[in-house]
Amino acid sequence: MNALKFAAAALVASTAFAGTAIARDQIQIAGSSTVLPYASIVAEAFGENFSFPTPVVESGGSGAGRKKLCEGVGENTIDIANSSSRIKQSDIDLCASNGVTEIQEVRIGYDGIVFASDINGETFAFTPADWYNALAAKVMKDGALVDNTARTWADVNPDLPDQDILAFIPGTKHGTREVFDEKVLEAGCEATGAEEAFKAAGDEKAEGCIALRTDGASVDIDGDYTETLARIDANKNAIGVFGLSFYENNTDKLQVATMSGVNPSTESIASGEYPISRPLYFYVKNAHLGVIPGLQEYIEFFVSDEIAGPDGPLAAYGLVSDPELAKTQEKVANRTPMAPLN
Amino acid sequence: MTDTSADTVAAAGRPKARSLYQVSARTRKRHASETRFRMMGLAAVIFSIIALLGLMTSILSNGLSSFKQTYVTMEVFLDPAKLDKKGNRSPEDLAKITTFTIQPLIQTALAETMEARGIAVEGVNAKTAVELISKEAPAQLRHFVLANPELIGQSVRFELLASGRIDGYYKGRVTMESAALDRNISPEQLTLADELKAAGLLESRFNWSFFTAPDASDTRPEAAGLGVAILGSAYMMLIVLALALPIGVAASIYLEEFAPQNRWTDLIEVNIANLAAVPSIVFGILGLAIFINFVGLPQSAPIVGGLVLTLMTLPTIIIATRAALKAVPPSIKDAALGIGASKMQAIFHHVLPLAAPGILTGTIIGLAQALGETAPLLLIGMVAFVREYPGAPPEGFFDPASALPVQVYNWTQRGDPAFFERASGAIIVLLVFLVIMNTVAILLRRRFERRW
Repeated sequence: MNALKFAAAALVASTAFAGTAIARDQIQIAGSSTVLPYASIVAEAFGENFSFPTPVVESGGSGAGRKKLCEGVGENTIDIANSSSRIKQSDIDLCASNGVTEIQEVRIGYDGIVFASDINGETFAFTPADWYNALAAKVMKDGALVDNTARTWADVNPDLPDQDILAFIPGTKHGTREVFDEKVLEAGCEATGAEEAFKAAGDEKAEGCIALRTDGASVDIDGDYTETLARIDANKNAIGVFGLSFYENNTDKLQVATMSGVNPSTESIASGEYPISRPLYFYVKNAHLGVIPGLQEYIEFFVSDEIAGPDGPLAAYGLVSDPELAKTQEKVANRTPMAPLN
Repeated sequence: MTDTSADTVAAAGRPKARSLYQVSARTRKRHASETRFRMMGLAAVIFSIIALLGLMTSILSNGLSSFKQTYVTMEVFLDPAKLDKKGNRSPEDLAKITTFTIQPLIQTALAETMEARGIAVEGVNAKTAVELISKEAPAQLRHFVLANPELIGQSVRFELLASGRIDGYYKGRVTMESAALDRNISPEQLTLADELKAAGLLESRFNWSFFTAPDASDTRPEAAGLGVAILGSAYMMLIVLALALPIGVAASIYLEEFAPQNRWTDLIEVNIANLAAVPSIVFGILGLAIFINFVGLPQSAPIVGGLVLTLMTLPTIIIATRAALKAVPPSIKDAALGIGASKMQAIFHHVLPLAAPGILTGTIIGLAQALGETAPLLLIGMVAFVREYPGAPPEGFFDPASALPVQVYNWTQRGDPAFFERASGAIIVLLVFLVIMNTVAILLRRRFERRW
């Protein structure tokens, strides 16, 4: 009986609490799982070096994060959305319709995408054309588009090892897939002349370039890189697509393939020699600056040389430092909202 | 069925009398089918035991090592020239010390310690030697300096975490061969670690901080712990217990003892049974829509998690409570009513106490189910990197927190293999909690259950 009374009292107390809004004193961040490791490194260092509490960083995907950012203004909405792809006009429209008018775009650096296989297996040197010819549904053969029948990498390019084609690529919900489509498949499509053929056949946007074969040679991985690594561990013949930082943490299990003769590293990506990289961003709701304690300090700390510079902890973890970091620092200090997308 | 058909056959015309000692073909067939069934049953049990053993071995072999941790013990000189340039020891100035200024102090301290002990390994300089020590160490020192500013200018003995790769070396995860290929550690650094160990500066101990420390970022797996997750899970369980038990019991008593038996109660009954089978993510969607967007409760907070899990646990508790109430013989209630007790007195004084063990068992099983739930927490922002401990309840219910299964999920996604070990360790902790809860449920039932 007493326990029952106590529980009833607790129920009343908790509903009473529910009525009053509690002021939030920590920064709330959500978004890309690619940016998550960097954001958590910065959040941790921020909590250690400032008197503000450590920000809470959620993952869940770039698109979901931007949508959450655009839910509105107020303490129950997040302050920052991490994103591995640029914000879309639809997000900006959604934001505007919910009263989120000023958004700051902060580019934190570049992320390289690498192709890696089991450390004890064959060594690969790819070009985008190899990947297109290995994975696309239709490829060019003797000047005509035909169904892809390549079975081994040697079928694709005699210089490659005679090993069955099996590729673990990120699933379509990943931001990484967009980069893979654009910088690898479309580049390969163009290089092999397939793009011309698609356009000639009436496919105006050459959408056939990113249509993949469905006979099991290419496998979509909807999980994260740890899943790709586990699959490669079980299937030594496979080649996986990883983020550079993930590869750098697992160099004892993976060997990386060169792309067009360039070895991926933070240096070769920064110089633009290594072709497959993408910028990483976070988006800040300007209306929350000055309301949520520490928000301005956090974004300034994030883009400071100590953190995002070439010798900072983010670069050590695999982020390619942005050569135009000084510009970003200036924009952040002035709280410059982003210009309309062009 | 077989018996009756056998009888009809026998009645139709028995060919000749046979001795009972002589086993007929029919009997043999029946025995054989029984043996087959037994074998299949046994095979099913053996299969499940093998699967369980496989799971346990994989988790234990991967995770037990997370309960040990490697530490480096050494003296660090808290250089006033670096830490307190103005020499006034004022808290405002000290608060500006960053972990970046402290890092060189550790580097110097390690280099000096190595020199004093005559430890040197070819190919390792002061800069690479300090990579043996966790990146958590500067934060630990900064915290210490801010708490004890009077010790600036003195040498203080610190116990610092060794880096994840070094820790992995003493757990067999990192070997000389793998280190040769690894960009984050070199065989020379491992040799240095061995030398430090021989000199007594480096040792492995039980890892208490695994249970108390908060989560850590990807660069320092060695510092990651379950503290925030355990607190968050505990808070949520408190909320679930405080809400689901009284509501569930009250609803069951009403439905079982007071409600008229009509279509409405049938409908409610069907719905409760249905809710018990609804996928838990649905409750997460509900929680996001109602508790966060409509009521305006904070994100990532145990209060929202607790409310969502309460909704999820209620059907389980109601079903278990109703079964327990039904199991109490009606004669007891009738006797109470017969000597003039009111219906409420009869229920609260006689039926409920007798049903209590069953109710508690159902509640604990419901709680255990809620403890292991991740999906509904995904949508309310609890699947997150949270480093601050939530405050003491009740305010702490509104602070961001993590939960045990969430921590497992988060750690399995990280790039550094050391987090895989931590995740397995977290699974062990979660399993231990579940085993304890279920054991308590069984003990309660054994101790207090009455059969009629």
